[in-house]
Amino acid sequence: MREKKQWLIVTFYTTSAAMAAEKACEQAGLPGRIIPVPREITSDCGLGWRTEPENRERTEALFQSLALETDGYHICML
Amino acid sequence: MIYLDNAATTLHKPSCVIDAVVNAMRTMGNSGRSAHAESLAASRTIYAAREALADLFGCARADHVCFTANSTEALNIAISGLFAPGDHVLSTDLEHNSVLRPLYREMERGVSVSFLPASRKGCIDYAGFDRLLQANTKAVVCTAGSNLTGNLLDLTRIGAFCAAHGLLFVVDASQTAGVFPIDMRAQHISVLCFTGHKSLMGPQGTGGLCVAEGVDIRPWCVGGTGVQTFLPSQPPQYPTRLEAGTRNGHGIAGLLAAVNFIRETGMDAIRTHELALARRFYEGVKDADGVRICGDFSDPVRAPVVALNIRDEESSVMADALAEDYDIAVRAGAHCAPRMHEALGTVEQGAVRFSFGYYNTEEETDAAIAAVRELAEQ
Repeated sequence: MREKKQWLIVTFYTTSAAMAAEKACEQAGLPGRIIPVPREITSDCGLGWRTEPENRERTEALFQSLALETDGYHICML
Repeated sequence: MIYLDNAATTLHKPSCVIDAVVNAMRTMGNSGRSAHAESLAASRTIYAAREALADLFGCARADHVCFTANSTEALNIAISGLFAPGDHVLSTDLEHNSVLRPLYREMERGVSVSFLPASRKGCIDYAGFDRLLQANTKAVVCTAGSNLTGNLLDLTRIGAFCAAHGLLFVVDASQTAGVFPIDMRAQHISVLCFTGHKSLMGPQGTGGLCVAEGVDIRPWCVGGTGVQTFLPSQPPQYPTRLEAGTRNGHGIAGLLAAVNFIRETGMDAIRTHELALARRFYEGVKDADGVRICGDFSDPVRAPVVALNIRDEESSVMADALAEDYDIAVRAGAHCAPRMHEALGTVEQGAVRFSFGYYNTEEETDAAIAAVRELAEQ
Protein backbone atom coordinates (compact mmCIF):
# COMPACT_ATOMS: atom_id res chain seq x y z
CA MET A 1 0.00 0.00 0.00
CA ARG A 2 1.01 3.62 -0.46
CA GLU A 3 2.55 5.44 2.47
CA LYS A 4 -0.15 7.32 4.32
CA LYS A 5 -0.13 11.07 4.84
CA GLN A 6 -2.55 13.81 5.75
CA TRP A 7 -4.88 15.18 3.12
CA LEU A 8 -7.68 17.70 3.01
CA ILE A 9 -10.81 16.07 1.62
CA VAL A 10 -13.71 18.25 0.54
CA THR A 11 -17.02 16.42 0.24
CA PHE A 12 -20.11 17.35 -1.74
CA TYR A 13 -23.77 16.43 -1.85
CA THR A 14 -23.80 15.71 -5.58
CA THR A 15 -21.51 14.47 -8.33
CA SER A 16 -22.31 17.64 -10.20
CA ALA A 17 -20.83 19.74 -7.39
CA ALA A 18 -17.71 17.58 -7.36
CA MET A 19 -17.28 18.17 -11.08
CA ALA A 20 -17.81 21.89 -10.65
CA ALA A 21 -15.18 21.87 -7.91
CA GLU A 22 -12.69 19.98 -10.04
CA LYS A 23 -13.14 22.41 -12.91
CA ALA A 24 -12.88 25.46 -10.65
CA CYS A 25 -9.67 24.22 -9.03
CA GLU A 26 -8.17 23.37 -12.38
CA GLN A 27 -8.93 26.85 -13.70
CA ALA A 28 -7.60 28.47 -10.52
CA GLY A 29 -4.43 26.41 -10.61
CA LEU A 30 -5.20 24.68 -7.34
CA PRO A 31 -3.67 21.20 -7.27
CA GLY A 32 -5.69 18.15 -6.30
CA ARG A 33 -7.83 15.42 -7.69
CA ILE A 34 -11.18 13.67 -7.37
CA ILE A 35 -11.22 10.55 -5.20
CA PRO A 36 -13.91 8.25 -3.82
CA VAL A 37 -14.94 9.65 -0.43
CA PRO A 38 -13.12 7.64 2.28
CA ARG A 39 -15.47 5.68 4.48
CA GLU A 40 -13.86 7.15 7.59
CA ILE A 41 -15.56 10.44 6.55
CA THR A 42 -18.85 8.91 5.58
CA SER A 43 -20.18 5.60 4.40
CA ASP A 44 -22.41 7.47 1.98
CA CYS A 45 -20.28 7.03 -1.17
CA GLY A 46 -19.75 9.95 -3.54
CA LEU A 47 -16.76 11.86 -4.82
CA GLY A 48 -14.44 14.14 -2.87
CA TRP A 49 -11.75 16.66 -3.76
CA ARG A 50 -8.36 15.68 -2.32
CA THR A 51 -5.65 18.29 -1.88
CA GLU A 52 -2.82 19.22 0.46
CA PRO A 53 -4.07 20.51 3.84
CA GLU A 54 -2.23 23.81 3.33
CA ASN A 55 -4.54 24.55 0.36
CA ARG A 56 -7.60 24.73 2.59
CA GLU A 57 -7.90 28.51 2.78
CA ARG A 58 -7.59 29.04 -0.96
CA THR A 59 -9.87 26.13 -1.75
CA GLU A 60 -12.54 27.25 0.65
CA ALA A 61 -12.37 30.83 -0.61
CA LEU A 62 -12.64 29.65 -4.18
CA PHE A 63 -15.70 27.50 -3.53
CA GLN A 64 -17.36 30.24 -1.52
CA SER A 65 -16.76 32.76 -4.26
CA LEU A 66 -18.55 30.44 -6.69
CA ALA A 67 -21.36 29.63 -4.23
CA LEU A 68 -20.36 26.01 -4.66
CA GLU A 69 -22.11 24.00 -2.00
CA THR A 70 -19.88 21.68 0.00
CA ASP A 71 -20.78 19.01 2.52
CA GLY A 72 -17.64 19.40 4.61
CA TYR A 73 -13.85 19.81 4.90
CA HIS A 74 -12.02 16.89 6.49
CA ILE A 75 -8.43 16.04 7.34
CA CYS A 76 -7.72 12.36 6.71
CA MET A 77 -4.77 10.01 6.76
CA LEU A 78 -4.84 8.33 3.37
CA MET B 1 -35.08 9.82 -49.60
CA ILE B 2 -36.13 13.34 -48.71
CA TYR B 3 -36.60 13.57 -44.97
CA LEU B 4 -39.14 16.19 -43.92
CA ASP B 5 -40.12 14.81 -40.53
CA ASN B 6 -37.68 16.81 -38.44
CA ALA B 7 -40.35 17.86 -35.95
CA ALA B 8 -40.65 14.20 -35.00
CA THR B 9 -36.91 13.71 -34.83
CA THR B 10 -33.98 15.03 -36.81
CA LEU B 11 -32.73 12.07 -38.81
CA HIS B 12 -29.55 13.70 -40.02
CA LYS B 13 -27.24 14.57 -37.13
CA PRO B 14 -23.98 16.49 -37.27
CA SER B 15 -21.15 13.98 -37.66
CA CYS B 16 -19.59 15.29 -34.45
CA VAL B 17 -22.67 14.02 -32.59
CA ILE B 18 -22.28 10.52 -33.96
CA ASP B 19 -18.55 10.58 -33.25
CA ALA B 20 -19.15 11.72 -29.68
CA VAL B 21 -21.63 8.92 -29.00
CA VAL B 22 -19.34 6.28 -30.47
CA ASN B 23 -16.39 7.63 -28.53
CA ALA B 24 -18.43 7.70 -25.33
CA MET B 25 -19.54 4.12 -25.84
CA ARG B 26 -15.93 3.10 -26.16
CA THR B 27 -14.55 5.07 -23.25
CA MET B 28 -17.11 6.14 -20.67
CA GLY B 29 -17.96 4.39 -17.42
CA ASN B 30 -20.89 5.20 -15.17
CA SER B 31 -21.07 8.82 -14.11
CA GLY B 32 -20.88 9.52 -10.40
CA ARG B 33 -20.38 5.95 -9.33
CA SER B 34 -16.59 5.85 -9.04
CA ALA B 35 -13.47 7.99 -9.26
CA HIS B 36 -11.57 5.94 -11.82
CA ALA B 37 -10.74 7.56 -15.15
CA GLU B 38 -13.61 5.98 -17.08
CA SER B 39 -16.24 6.99 -14.54
CA LEU B 40 -14.80 10.47 -14.26
CA ALA B 41 -14.85 10.81 -18.05
CA ALA B 42 -18.61 10.27 -17.89
CA SER B 43 -19.07 12.63 -14.94
CA ARG B 44 -17.06 15.36 -16.63
CA THR B 45 -18.90 14.98 -19.92
CA ILE B 46 -22.30 15.12 -18.25
CA TYR B 47 -21.28 18.14 -16.21
CA ALA B 48 -19.99 19.86 -19.35
CA ALA B 49 -23.36 19.16 -20.97
CA ARG B 50 -25.13 20.75 -17.99
CA GLU B 51 -22.97 23.85 -18.38
CA ALA B 52 -23.54 24.03 -22.13
CA LEU B 53 -27.32 23.69 -21.80
CA ALA B 54 -27.50 26.16 -18.90
CA ASP B 55 -25.66 28.62 -21.10
CA LEU B 56 -27.88 27.89 -24.10
CA PHE B 57 -31.12 28.38 -22.17
CA GLY B 58 -30.10 31.09 -19.71
CA CYS B 59 -30.46 28.75 -16.74
CA ALA B 60 -28.81 30.39 -13.75
CA ARG B 61 -27.19 27.22 -12.45
CA ALA B 62 -25.63 24.33 -14.34
CA ASP B 63 -26.48 22.02 -11.46
CA HIS B 64 -30.15 22.79 -12.03
CA VAL B 65 -30.02 21.15 -15.47
CA CYS B 66 -31.43 17.67 -14.86
CA PHE B 67 -31.27 15.00 -17.53
CA THR B 68 -34.16 12.80 -18.56
CA ALA B 69 -34.90 10.52 -21.50
CA ASN B 70 -36.92 13.16 -23.37
CA SER B 71 -39.18 16.14 -22.85
CA THR B 72 -42.18 13.94 -22.05
CA GLU B 73 -40.36 12.58 -19.02
CA ALA B 74 -39.21 16.08 -18.09
CA LEU B 75 -42.77 17.42 -18.32
CA ASN B 76 -44.08 14.52 -16.26
CA ILE B 77 -41.53 15.30 -13.57
CA ALA B 78 -42.36 19.00 -13.57
CA ILE B 79 -46.13 18.70 -13.73
CA SER B 80 -46.41 15.87 -11.21
CA GLY B 81 -43.93 17.55 -8.86
CA LEU B 82 -45.16 21.11 -8.61
CA PHE B 83 -48.88 21.06 -7.87
CA ALA B 84 -51.18 20.04 -5.05
CA PRO B 85 -54.91 19.35 -4.93
CA GLY B 86 -56.72 22.67 -4.97
CA ASP B 87 -54.19 24.34 -7.26
CA HIS B 88 -55.25 25.81 -10.58
CA VAL B 89 -53.09 25.73 -13.71
CA LEU B 90 -53.36 27.60 -17.00
CA SER B 91 -52.47 25.97 -20.29
CA THR B 92 -53.43 26.21 -23.96
CA ASP B 93 -55.04 24.25 -26.77
CA LEU B 94 -51.70 24.18 -28.57
CA GLU B 95 -50.29 21.54 -26.28
CA HIS B 96 -48.89 18.14 -27.12
CA ASN B 97 -50.03 15.11 -25.16
CA SER B 98 -46.73 15.30 -23.27
CA VAL B 99 -48.26 18.32 -21.53
CA LEU B 100 -51.92 17.37 -21.74
CA ARG B 101 -51.82 13.89 -20.26
CA PRO B 102 -49.76 14.86 -17.21
CA LEU B 103 -52.17 17.77 -16.69
CA TYR B 104 -55.22 15.51 -17.10
CA ARG B 105 -53.72 13.17 -14.53
CA GLU B 106 -53.29 16.08 -12.15
CA MET B 107 -56.95 16.93 -12.68
CA GLU B 108 -57.86 13.45 -11.44
CA ARG B 109 -56.18 14.27 -8.14
CA GLY B 110 -57.83 17.61 -7.58
CA VAL B 111 -55.83 20.13 -9.60
CA SER B 112 -58.01 22.25 -11.90
CA VAL B 113 -56.77 23.29 -15.33
CA SER B 114 -58.07 25.96 -17.70
CA PHE B 115 -57.08 25.81 -21.34
CA LEU B 116 -56.80 29.00 -23.34
CA PRO B 117 -58.68 28.19 -26.54
CA ALA B 118 -57.06 28.29 -29.96
CA SER B 119 -58.78 29.86 -32.95
CA ARG B 120 -59.47 28.07 -36.26
CA LYS B 121 -56.01 29.31 -37.22
CA GLY B 122 -54.50 27.74 -34.13
CA CYS B 123 -53.71 31.03 -32.39
CA ILE B 124 -54.50 32.18 -28.87
CA ASP B 125 -55.69 35.49 -27.50
CA TYR B 126 -53.21 36.32 -24.75
CA ALA B 127 -55.74 38.47 -22.94
CA GLY B 128 -57.49 35.21 -22.17
CA PHE B 129 -54.86 34.43 -19.54
CA ASP B 130 -56.10 37.39 -17.49
CA ARG B 131 -59.69 36.23 -17.81
CA LEU B 132 -58.83 32.67 -16.72
CA LEU B 133 -56.67 33.72 -13.78
CA GLN B 134 -57.97 32.61 -10.38
CA ALA B 135 -56.87 33.25 -6.81
CA ASN B 136 -55.50 29.68 -6.64
CA THR B 137 -53.71 29.77 -10.00
CA LYS B 138 -50.25 28.36 -9.47
CA ALA B 139 -48.71 28.21 -12.93
CA VAL B 140 -48.85 28.50 -16.68
CA VAL B 141 -47.76 25.33 -18.47
CA CYS B 142 -47.39 25.74 -22.22
CA THR B 143 -45.45 24.94 -25.33
CA ALA B 144 -42.99 27.31 -26.95
CA GLY B 145 -44.46 26.40 -30.32
CA SER B 146 -47.13 24.14 -31.78
CA ASN B 147 -45.74 20.91 -33.17
CA LEU B 148 -48.67 20.87 -35.58
CA THR B 149 -48.88 24.38 -37.03
CA GLY B 150 -45.47 25.78 -36.14
CA ASN B 151 -47.03 28.85 -34.56
CA LEU B 152 -45.02 30.09 -31.61
CA LEU B 153 -46.24 31.33 -28.29
CA ASP B 154 -44.80 34.58 -27.02
CA LEU B 155 -42.80 33.28 -24.07
CA THR B 156 -41.62 36.74 -23.10
CA ARG B 157 -45.20 37.97 -22.85
CA ILE B 158 -46.44 34.91 -20.95
CA GLY B 159 -43.39 35.04 -18.68
CA ALA B 160 -44.13 38.66 -17.85
CA PHE B 161 -47.72 37.68 -17.03
CA CYS B 162 -46.43 34.92 -14.73
CA ALA B 163 -43.99 37.27 -13.03
CA ALA B 164 -46.71 39.87 -12.52
CA HIS B 165 -49.01 37.36 -10.85
CA GLY B 166 -46.43 35.28 -8.97
CA LEU B 167 -47.02 32.17 -11.10
CA LEU B 168 -44.64 29.40 -12.01
CA PHE B 169 -43.94 29.19 -15.73
CA VAL B 170 -43.33 25.71 -17.16
CA VAL B 171 -42.33 25.62 -20.83
CA ASP B 172 -42.25 22.74 -23.28
CA ALA B 173 -39.45 23.71 -25.66
CA SER B 174 -39.54 20.49 -27.68
CA GLN B 175 -40.06 22.25 -31.00
CA THR B 176 -37.87 25.30 -30.56
CA ALA B 177 -34.81 24.41 -28.46
CA GLY B 178 -31.64 25.11 -30.39
CA VAL B 179 -33.40 27.08 -33.13
CA PHE B 180 -35.08 29.93 -31.25
CA PRO B 181 -33.35 31.80 -28.43
CA ILE B 182 -34.63 31.00 -24.95
CA ASP B 183 -33.58 32.92 -21.87
CA MET B 184 -35.02 31.51 -18.68
CA ARG B 185 -34.02 34.53 -16.63
CA ALA B 186 -35.27 37.21 -19.01
CA GLN B 187 -38.47 35.28 -19.81
CA HIS B 188 -39.19 34.34 -16.18
CA ILE B 189 -39.25 30.62 -16.98
CA SER B 190 -39.38 28.44 -13.86
CA VAL B 191 -38.93 25.08 -15.58
CA LEU B 192 -37.80 24.56 -19.15
CA CYS B 193 -38.38 21.08 -20.54
CA PHE B 194 -36.46 20.05 -23.64
CA THR B 195 -35.71 17.02 -25.76
CA GLY B 196 -32.36 16.35 -27.35
CA HIS B 197 -33.31 14.56 -30.52
CA LYS B 198 -35.36 17.14 -32.40
CA SER B 199 -34.11 20.63 -33.19
CA LEU B 200 -31.12 20.24 -30.88
CA MET B 201 -29.93 17.50 -33.27
CA GLY B 202 -28.75 15.20 -30.50
CA PRO B 203 -29.45 11.50 -29.92
CA GLN B 204 -32.82 10.05 -29.03
CA GLY B 205 -33.08 9.20 -25.36
CA THR B 206 -31.75 12.57 -24.25
CA GLY B 207 -33.61 15.51 -22.79
CA GLY B 208 -34.10 17.24 -19.51
CA LEU B 209 -35.46 20.05 -17.46
CA CYS B 210 -33.76 23.25 -16.43
CA VAL B 211 -35.05 24.48 -13.11
CA ALA B 212 -34.84 28.06 -11.89
CA GLU B 213 -33.37 28.66 -8.46
CA GLY B 214 -35.88 28.33 -5.66
CA VAL B 215 -38.30 26.11 -7.60
CA ASP B 216 -38.83 22.89 -5.67
CA ILE B 217 -39.99 19.92 -7.71
CA ARG B 218 -40.96 16.76 -5.84
CA PRO B 219 -38.95 13.83 -7.22
CA TRP B 220 -41.04 11.57 -9.42
CA CYS B 221 -38.50 8.77 -9.58
CA VAL B 222 -36.25 7.81 -6.66
CA GLY B 223 -33.39 5.39 -6.45
CA GLY B 224 -29.64 5.04 -6.88
CA THR B 225 -27.65 8.25 -7.13
CA GLY B 226 -24.07 7.35 -6.22
CA VAL B 227 -24.24 9.80 -3.30
CA GLN B 228 -25.87 9.95 0.15
CA THR B 229 -26.43 6.21 0.02
CA PHE B 230 -27.78 5.80 3.54
CA LEU B 231 -30.31 8.58 3.21
CA PRO B 232 -33.69 6.82 2.92
CA SER B 233 -35.13 9.49 0.65
CA GLN B 234 -33.92 10.97 -2.62
CA PRO B 235 -31.19 13.59 -1.97
CA PRO B 236 -32.80 17.05 -2.04
CA GLN B 237 -30.05 18.80 -4.00
CA TYR B 238 -30.34 19.37 -7.75
CA PRO B 239 -29.61 17.72 -10.13
CA THR B 240 -29.50 14.49 -8.11
CA ARG B 241 -32.95 15.30 -6.74
CA LEU B 242 -34.46 14.49 -10.14
CA GLU B 243 -31.94 11.97 -11.42
CA ALA B 244 -32.35 8.48 -9.99
CA GLY B 245 -30.48 5.73 -11.80
CA THR B 246 -27.73 5.81 -14.38
CA ARG B 247 -27.93 8.74 -16.79
CA ASN B 248 -27.68 8.21 -20.53
CA GLY B 249 -24.04 9.26 -20.58
CA HIS B 250 -23.46 8.08 -24.13
CA GLY B 251 -26.43 10.05 -25.40
CA ILE B 252 -25.58 13.09 -23.32
CA ALA B 253 -22.08 13.08 -24.83
CA GLY B 254 -23.79 13.32 -28.21
CA LEU B 255 -26.10 16.03 -26.96
CA LEU B 256 -23.12 18.04 -25.73
CA ALA B 257 -21.54 17.74 -29.19
CA ALA B 258 -24.85 18.85 -30.72
CA VAL B 259 -25.05 21.95 -28.52
CA ASN B 260 -21.46 22.81 -29.38
CA PHE B 261 -22.30 22.35 -33.06
CA ILE B 262 -25.22 24.76 -32.74
CA ARG B 263 -23.02 27.30 -30.99
CA GLU B 264 -20.33 27.03 -33.65
CA THR B 265 -22.76 27.08 -36.56
CA GLY B 266 -24.85 29.81 -34.99
CA MET B 267 -28.47 29.50 -33.94
CA ASP B 268 -29.37 32.42 -36.19
CA ALA B 269 -27.87 30.73 -39.24
CA ILE B 270 -29.69 27.48 -38.47
CA ARG B 271 -33.00 29.23 -37.91
CA THR B 272 -32.65 31.40 -41.02
CA HIS B 273 -31.98 28.34 -43.17
CA GLU B 274 -34.83 26.26 -41.76
CA LEU B 275 -37.37 29.09 -41.87
CA ALA B 276 -36.40 29.98 -45.44
CA LEU B 277 -37.07 26.41 -46.55
CA ALA B 278 -40.38 26.23 -44.69
CA ARG B 279 -41.47 29.56 -46.17
CA ARG B 280 -40.37 28.45 -49.63
CA PHE B 281 -42.46 25.31 -49.26
CA TYR B 282 -45.44 27.25 -47.95
CA GLU B 283 -45.29 29.72 -50.82
CA GLY B 284 -44.95 26.85 -53.29
CA VAL B 285 -48.03 24.92 -52.17
CA LYS B 286 -50.43 27.39 -50.58
CA ASP B 287 -52.24 28.26 -53.80
CA ALA B 288 -52.35 24.75 -55.24
CA ASP B 289 -55.88 23.61 -55.98
CA GLY B 290 -57.45 21.90 -52.99
CA VAL B 291 -54.57 22.54 -50.59
CA ARG B 292 -55.56 23.80 -47.17
CA ILE B 293 -52.78 24.90 -44.83
CA CYS B 294 -53.09 24.58 -41.06
CA GLY B 295 -52.12 27.50 -38.86
CA ASP B 296 -51.26 31.14 -39.21
CA PHE B 297 -48.47 32.24 -41.56
CA SER B 298 -48.86 36.00 -41.15
CA ASP B 299 -45.85 36.14 -38.82
CA PRO B 300 -42.66 34.97 -40.54
CA VAL B 301 -41.19 34.01 -37.16
CA ARG B 302 -42.55 30.52 -36.66
CA ALA B 303 -41.25 27.00 -36.29
CA PRO B 304 -40.20 25.41 -39.60
CA VAL B 305 -43.35 23.32 -39.90
CA VAL B 306 -46.06 23.33 -42.56
CA ALA B 307 -49.08 21.07 -42.05
CA LEU B 308 -51.67 20.75 -44.77
CA ASN B 309 -54.43 18.73 -46.26
CA ILE B 310 -55.59 18.22 -49.83
CA ARG B 311 -59.34 18.51 -50.08
CA ASP B 312 -60.83 15.74 -47.92
CA GLU B 313 -58.10 13.20 -48.55
CA GLU B 314 -57.12 11.31 -45.44
CA SER B 315 -53.73 12.49 -44.21
CA SER B 316 -52.35 8.98 -43.78
CA VAL B 317 -53.14 8.17 -47.43
CA MET B 318 -51.31 11.32 -48.47
CA ALA B 319 -48.28 10.54 -46.34
CA ASP B 320 -48.15 7.01 -47.69
CA ALA B 321 -48.31 8.28 -51.27
CA LEU B 322 -45.50 10.73 -50.55
CA ALA B 323 -43.36 7.95 -49.08
CA GLU B 324 -44.11 5.32 -51.71
CA ASP B 325 -44.32 7.38 -54.87
CA TYR B 326 -42.01 10.30 -54.11
CA ASP B 327 -39.67 8.96 -51.44
CA ILE B 328 -40.57 11.87 -49.18
CA ALA B 329 -40.85 11.21 -45.44
CA VAL B 330 -43.50 13.26 -43.62
CA ARG B 331 -45.85 12.67 -40.72
CA ALA B 332 -49.59 12.19 -40.95
CA GLY B 333 -52.30 11.87 -38.34
CA ALA B 334 -52.99 13.79 -35.17
CA HIS B 335 -49.41 14.50 -34.05
CA CYS B 336 -50.33 13.91 -30.39
CA ALA B 337 -52.06 17.30 -30.40
CA PRO B 338 -55.77 16.49 -29.91
CA ARG B 339 -56.96 19.89 -28.72
CA MET B 340 -55.21 21.63 -31.60
CA HIS B 341 -56.89 19.37 -34.15
CA GLU B 342 -60.22 20.10 -32.50
CA ALA B 343 -59.52 23.82 -32.82
CA LEU B 344 -58.46 23.49 -36.45
CA GLY B 345 -61.36 21.21 -37.33
CA THR B 346 -59.09 18.41 -38.50
CA VAL B 347 -59.93 15.67 -36.02
CA GLU B 348 -61.23 13.31 -38.71
CA GLN B 349 -58.72 14.08 -41.41
CA GLY B 350 -55.60 14.73 -39.40
CA ALA B 351 -52.93 16.65 -41.30
CA VAL B 352 -49.80 15.99 -43.32
CA ARG B 353 -46.90 17.71 -41.65
CA PHE B 354 -43.75 18.77 -43.50
CA SER B 355 -41.04 19.82 -41.05
CA PHE B 356 -37.68 21.18 -42.11
CA GLY B 357 -34.25 20.75 -40.61
CA TYR B 358 -30.78 22.15 -40.95
CA TYR B 359 -29.70 19.48 -43.43
CA ASN B 360 -32.58 19.98 -45.84
CA THR B 361 -31.94 21.80 -49.10
CA GLU B 362 -33.83 24.02 -51.53
CA GLU B 363 -33.77 21.17 -54.06
CA GLU B 364 -35.48 18.86 -51.59
CA THR B 365 -38.00 21.55 -50.77
CA ASP B 366 -38.77 22.09 -54.44
CA ALA B 367 -39.22 18.35 -54.92
CA ALA B 368 -41.72 18.31 -52.05
CA ILE B 369 -43.57 21.29 -53.57
CA ALA B 370 -43.79 19.48 -56.90
CA ALA B 371 -45.04 16.33 -55.21
CA VAL B 372 -47.80 18.15 -53.32
CA ARG B 373 -48.90 20.04 -56.42
CA GLU B 374 -48.98 16.82 -58.41
CA LEU B 375 -51.01 15.05 -55.74
CA ALA B 376 -53.36 18.02 -55.59
CA GLU B 377 -54.00 17.74 -59.32
CA GLN B 378 -55.05 14.09 -59.07
